[in-house]
Amino acid sequence: MLENTGIDLTINTDLARQILTGFIRSELKRMGFTCAVIGLSGGIDSALSCYLAAEALGPENVLAVRMPYRTSSKDSLDDAQRVIDATGVQSLTVEISGMADALIEKFPDMDPVRKGNVMARCRMIVLYDQSSAFHGLVIGTGNKTEILLGYTTLFGDSACAVNPLGDLYKTHVRQLSRAMGVPEPVIAKAPSADLWSGQTDEGELGFTYADVDRLLYLLVDQRYSPADCVEAGFSEAFVQSVARRIQRNQFKRVLPPIAKLGNRTVGYDFLYLRDWGT
Amino acid sequence: MKLNLALAQICTQLGCVEANLDKHLALIQEAHGQGADLLVFPELSLTGYVLQDLVPSVSHRPTMEDPVFRPLLEASQKLDLTVGFVDEDRRHRFFISAAYLSKGEVVHVHHKVYLPTYGLFDEGRFFALGDSCQAFNTRFGRVGMLICEDFWHASPPYLLWLDGADLFLFASASPGRGLSAAPQLESARWVEHINRAYASLFTAFVAHANRVGFEDGLHFWGGSTVFDPNGEPLTHGPYDEEALTLCQIDLNQLHRTRARLPLLRDERTSMVERELNRILHKP
Repeated sequence: MLENTGIDLTINTDLARQILTGFIRSELKRMGFTCAVIGLSGGIDSALSCYLAAEALGPENVLAVRMPYRTSSKDSLDDAQRVIDATGVQSLTVEISGMADALIEKFPDMDPVRKGNVMARCRMIVLYDQSSAFHGLVIGTGNKTEILLGYTTLFGDSACAVNPLGDLYKTHVRQLSRAMGVPEPVIAKAPSADLWSGQTDEGELGFTYADVDRLLYLLVDQRYSPADCVEAGFSEAFVQSVARRIQRNQFKRVLPPIAKLGNRTVGYDFLYLRDWGT
Repeated sequence: MKLNLALAQICTQLGCVEANLDKHLALIQEAHGQGADLLVFPELSLTGYVLQDLVPSVSHRPTMEDPVFRPLLEASQKLDLTVGFVDEDRRHRFFISAAYLSKGEVVHVHHKVYLPTYGLFDEGRFFALGDSCQAFNTRFGRVGMLICEDFWHASPPYLLWLDGADLFLFASASPGRGLSAAPQLESARWVEHINRAYASLFTAFVAHANRVGFEDGLHFWGGSTVFDPNGEPLTHGPYDEEALTLCQIDLNQLHRTRARLPLLRDERTSMVERELNRILHKP
């Protein structure tokens, strides 16, 4: 689509690796933890989080949890196992079919999107329970592209204690994964939430990660206006659709607004970092 | 005259002054043991950086009566030191501050004059603007002290230079940003670039101590430096690690460099004043 945009999304993967492993180690230590829990889907994002956590904390201190549903592809499970074998992390497989079906069966008219969200939230429940059992914090796997586009389930896959990938576009995730030795089949396959058969991210979104990452880099990082982006060679329709998506999904990125009545209100003027006192 | 300069790159506990004080005292011991004459701590080294609503609860006055400054002033009998803290003045305004301590005395206090309040920064919301920019005398000569954003503007270093500073001590809590294909983050590249530029333009020593560690998702990149009056790098602390970086500087270099390149001698301050007045007062 765009040949001569001159947008270079290459990152220094050594530097990223150093900062992100430092982040995981530091933040967990500040919160009083030495262990981590990760939902391993078989996809590239959770694989990268797993590699980073294993390097930061030592593989024996990381628990990777595979949570298949009845319709999950076998490839996903196998790819997750590849990551477990390569990193040497501890692992657990918890089938979520029982949990999810118990709810799904009560509403026979439930559409695939609702079912997908139920599954994502079941996985969150399992992870947070394992977080308690393993005494480890849940490491996020959401990348910058999906966070900006809102291609996540609120309180589902986006729920975590700390997120090392949240400022890396999908393009960057691929570079860093390659540099860290994530198995090639995990890197090469079409990204998919695997919530129903044949689902792919790019099929659902209607554009490729390669294209949207270049646009997001201009629109968000470089503060280009939509008109500037069109001038840079992106189609008006694409720019408008992405800009609208970013705006419409801001609700997934902020805490629910609290109605202000008093002189000091949580979310407005009660301001402390999560690292307060650590 | 030789000066053994030490730059402390430390991580801090956010809002826990006593814990941070312990770390300062331990590092002062270590620096003294290694023969340091002057030890520079980063911005807000006693408190942590993203304080927000913690600001009013972590302030300390730089006096002998203060329980945090007392041990630091005692320690300054052994070597000179600069520390980062939150100063609360008599009218209860809070300042991001740096104090130069020597032989049990507070020689100078600088209140940060430029407070970044854009992008990820929110300093102007919590702190008052410092109101002065002055060089001061130390046993090593005349020194200028600035804090982070202060030296992101050319005006404070320029003023300190005109006020006689030949040794600049910069203290930062600079969050790393700007990951590209380059070996350094953009923020590191920018800061090193301008530190070197100031050393070159002012034919002076420029030392910069930056902290390390994380506060939530912000990480501080360290990479402390010293540049000499020729603009040459004398030392470079590691990125992203706690460290005590020592560097011996030869103050006689000022004589040699300024004999070769008399930029200070030739600086036309009257013309600058005249033109600045014209520019600022034109209708």
